[in-house]
Order: sequence, then C-alpha cells, then structure tokens
Amino acid sequence: MRRPDDRVFAGVCAGIARWLGVDPTFVRIAVVLLSFANGVGVVAYVVAWLVIPEVGAEEVEGAAVLGAEADAPPAGYQRSAAVVLMTLGTLLLVRWVSPFFPDHLVWPAACGAVGLGILWSRSGEEDRARWRDAVARLPGDPFAVLTGKGMWLRFHIGGLLLIAGLGWFFAANPTFDGVGQVGLGMLVTACGIALLLGPWIVGLARQLRDERGERIRSEERADMAAHLHDSVLQTLALIQRHAESPQQSRSLARRQERELRAWLFDARNPDGSPASLAAALDRLSNDIEADHDVTVDVVAVGDLPLDEHLDALVAALREAAVNAAKHSGEPEVSVYVEVEDGAIEAFVRDRGKGFDPSAVYGDRRGIADSIIGRMARHGGTAKVRSAPGEGTEVTLRMSLHE
Amino acid sequence: MSDADPGPPPPPIPPAPPPPPPIRVDAQVRVFLVDDHRLFLAGVRAELAGRVDLVGEATDVETAVDGIVATGPDVVLLDVHLPGGGGKAVIEAVRRRRPDVVFLALSVSDAAEDVIGVIRAGARGYVTKTISADDLADAVLRVREGDAVFSPRLAGFVLDAFAGDLPSGKSLDPELDQLTPREREVLRLIARGYTYKELARRLGLSIKTVETHVSSVLRKLQLSSRHELTRWATDRRLV
Repeated sequence: MRRPDDRVFAGVCAGIARWLGVDPTFVRIAVVLLSFANGVGVVAYVVAWLVIPEVGAEEVEGAAVLGAEADAPPAGYQRSAAVVLMTLGTLLLVRWVSPFFPDHLVWPAACGAVGLGILWSRSGEEDRARWRDAVARLPGDPFAVLTGKGMWLRFHIGGLLLIAGLGWFFAANPTFDGVGQVGLGMLVTACGIALLLGPWIVGLARQLRDERGERIRSEERADMAAHLHDSVLQTLALIQRHAESPQQSRSLARRQERELRAWLFDARNPDGSPASLAAALDRLSNDIEADHDVTVDVVAVGDLPLDEHLDALVAALREAAVNAAKHSGEPEVSVYVEVEDGAIEAFVRDRGKGFDPSAVYGDRRGIADSIIGRMARHGGTAKVRSAPGEGTEVTLRMSLHE
Repeated sequence: MSDADPGPPPPPIPPAPPPPPPIRVDAQVRVFLVDDHRLFLAGVRAELAGRVDLVGEATDVETAVDGIVATGPDVVLLDVHLPGGGGKAVIEAVRRRRPDVVFLALSVSDAAEDVIGVIRAGARGYVTKTISADDLADAVLRVREGDAVFSPRLAGFVLDAFAGDLPSGKSLDPELDQLTPREREVLRLIARGYTYKELARRLGLSIKTVETHVSSVLRKLQLSSRHELTRWATDRRLV
C-alpha cells in the first residue's frame, strides 16, 4: 500500500519500505540510484505508483485495530541489506550489460526488476512471511527462495517467463535491429508478471473483503460489550454499593432501565439529539432522574417531530420539572403532555410543599424567564398553580403553527 | 414453586361450585401472585406480607391457571408477560371456571399493545412495577371492591386510543366508542398524576362519582368496537 500520509512524492517509497520493514530512506536512495541508471528507478517508481493501491483511511484504522501486524513488520538489518544488495545488483547488471545504457536494454530490465519488486512487496501475508524468513537467511539471493522452496507453481512459471523474456532480449540484442523482438520480449515479461500477480491480486481483494467483514462484526461485538460494561455493569456495581439507600438504588435502577430500553429498542441514537417530542421527554426524565433524587413519570399522548417552538416548550418543561425536583421535597414528579388538534398542552405536577406564586416572582428568575418568558416568546402561555402545602402544577400551552 | 400451589393438581371439575370459602381472618384480601420473575415475586411477597393474605403464586400460565382455580383468590396480581401465552391467556382460562376472580395487571412493560390486550381480556386495572407498596396494596383493595385502577400511564394509553373521532358510519355504538367530556377530563387528571381523592376535590365531585367514571371508561375500553383499539394497539411501537 502506498502511504500518502508519509510521502515525498506519491508515498511509493514509504509504502514499500513499510512492507519490507526497512527505513524509507533506504528505498528512496535505491530509487534515486536506479534513476541514474538510465531511468530504471523512475520507471520502476511510476509502475509501482500505478500498481500499488493507496492505503485508505479505513486501512490505517484497521491496522491500528489489528495491532498493525499487517502493515508494519519489525525492522531488520538483514532486510535493509537485502534492499541495498538488490539495488546494487540491478545497477551492476545494467552497467555490465551495456555501459551506454541503451534504451532497448534498460526498459525490459526495468520491467523485470519492477516485477520482482512487486512480487516481493505485494505478496500475501503468508507469502510475505516466507519471503521475509528466507531472505533473512539468504540475504541478497531472492531467487533461492523461488527454487529452494519450490512451493508455488505460479512463481516458477512467472519466474521462467521473466528469465525467458530477458534471455530473449539479450539474444536479440547484438543484432541491434530487433525492435519487434524487444517488444515480444517485453510482452513475455509482462505475461510473466501478470501470471505472478494475477491470482494474488484476486486473493488480496477477497482477503480484504473478508477482513473488513470480520472487523465490522468484531467491532459490533466490542461495541456491545463496551456498552454493557459502561452502563449495566457499572450501575449494578453502584446499586450494590448503595444497598443501604433504597432511594438511590431505585433511581439508579430506573435510569439504567430507561437507558437500556432506549439502546435496545429505539432506532434513535441515544447520544444524538432526539427527533420527536416523545424522545425529548424520555431524555428529559432521564436527565432529571440522574441529577436529582426523584422519579419523573412521563405520560405522553400523541407525538410530533421537534421544531424550534417545541424545543422551547421542552426546555420550559425541563425547567419546571427541575424546579419540582429541587424544591418540592417530594420524590415524585409527574409530567403529562398531550398533543391535541392544533395545540399542545403540558403539565408538570408535584405533591410537595408548594409556594405562594405571588411572593416569588420578584426574586426567582427561573419561573419568569425560563418558563413564562420562554413560552411567551414562542406564542405560548404558562400558568403556575401552587399554594403552600398544596403541591405545584405548571401548565404550559402552545398552539401548533403549521 | 412447590410452595406456590398447595395440594395436588385439581381434578378437572369445570363449572362445579367453588370449594367452600376458607375462613376469612378479618377482611384481608386473598391475593394470588403470578410473575415469571422470581426476584420480583419475592419482592412483592415481602411488600404485601401482612397487608393481604397471600394464598399462592405461580410463574407460568399453566400453573397459574391451576393454582388460581384451586385457591379461589379475591384478586390476582398478574404479570403481562408470561411464558406460555402471557397474562391474557391466564385471564381467559380462569374466567370460564372462576368468573368471580378479579385481575390486576402489573407489569414492567410499558408497551401499549400488551397493556391494552390484558385490559380487554378482563383485567380491572394496570399498574407499573415501580408502584410503591402502599399504592399497590391500595390498588388491590380497590379492584376487590369492583373499581377500576388506572395508573397515569394507562390513562395516557386510553386517551391515545380514544383520541379523535371515528370516521362516520364506522362506529356501531357511539355510546361505547366515545369518551364523554367528563371521562376525558378525569383521565387527563389521572395522567397528570392526580389521585382519585385529589381529582374529586379538583372537579368538585365525590370519590364515588370519580370511580363511576373510571369504571365506565374501563368498560368502554373492554367493549368498544373502535377499530383503532386493536389496530392502534398492534401498530403502535411504544416500547
């Protein structure tokens, strides 16, 4: 995979270096050196650029998830040495065959080198491990791996074709008129490369797809485990610790129940903002139960998608319920919301100590601003009905503008 | 479960007269518990001990039906969800043999279709499992008296089910298919968290009148031909 995240030009060198497990500088130097040899390095670079796929963001994440084993083999001096030796060998070959670097010589050689390079860097995980293993033992002599292991037919055929293509070229070379023969040689070389890489590319595609599917499944499992751990297990632990405080245990259990239900059965994302009035009311009761030691009973008749006016209504409702939770002294708050034809009515009620509404308006801004003012700005009304010892009921009303 | 059904399984004696009623210690209500959640069963047992006379308990439909027929309780506290057909199946099986037994549905499920289903099968009321012990004991006494017990949530469900007018011609019995304005008002106050007593005072009615309204709503719920009741109950995905 090319690594556009660590690149000088197109990320080819960094990618190859990463696959090989050597410093990218080695590969970059090798390419530059080869470029002096009548452009072999440049050709190889361009071919590699076209052939090697760019690493996607997904793969980068995937590598992180899978412990980066696929993309970052451990660095080794032997592998670095192998790169250096291969580069030198290619240089010597080019130099030895023709000191004047004629084009019709350099191009097939470059093709052969690139083919080998690709073979090297893009083999499957298993193949690569074999290669790495073999090269570590026999640095600078990759052909020994091909013949010595003798495992894969396609390697033999591909290798033979590669050699045949080169041999053909050398046979044709002294005549200096075999442009057609050079072309034929290149064709055979290309066939060899295709044969070498074809099955492997198909295999790679399948492997990637399988890996991705497996990753999605295991991520789902991990998600579920993480969710249960963060929520249910934590809550159970908390409940055990609060066994002597039934009120606290109850509110913990209740909140967890709501959360679990929402997570299991609701399509809506519990972390996103709710889309409907009923969802917003669920959220509201959850939050208040979490923050205050009360039970918030929500009953809703009808439902609507939220808009800015309904948002304001829900905010006013929340303020009223929080007031009830904080000041009523009672453990229960009832919330009732009804969507009728053309209007929506909401009630927040507690049976607590109540207060004298006329005495409180002056200094408690919560009711004036957050409830009455907010409702008025959105074309609604708010009424507070309370008396000391009688509990409190806040009534919100808003007509629906279609 | 062995302590749940005393005595051997009863021989099938369908419409036979109920066994001689056991001697009633004062006016304690005889209650039978049905719930497949043993932990919850134990909790309710502990809460109600001393307030009512617990005559038995069961954890699935079959043993529940046998146990209820054998012990003849006044009130059955019935879970909506049970293995073997749900609370609805228990009510339907017991009704034929013991029409005098009264059911009160008690469930952790907030799903409208389950609740409405059990009520239409014949339960006299529905309370959620988060109800306090006092309120539960009170609800048991109330259904024993023949009254209906509406939790705020059930009131909300019913208002939802009876919302809007029926398309003209669809209603076979307007008497049953509509709520009166007063009934609607009573239900709305229940949904807002008012007890019967608070509600009566707010509306300037006697508690008896409130109970009459609520019972009449329950009757409509059970007998109404409103197609919405069934369709709504199955369509609605209130989990």
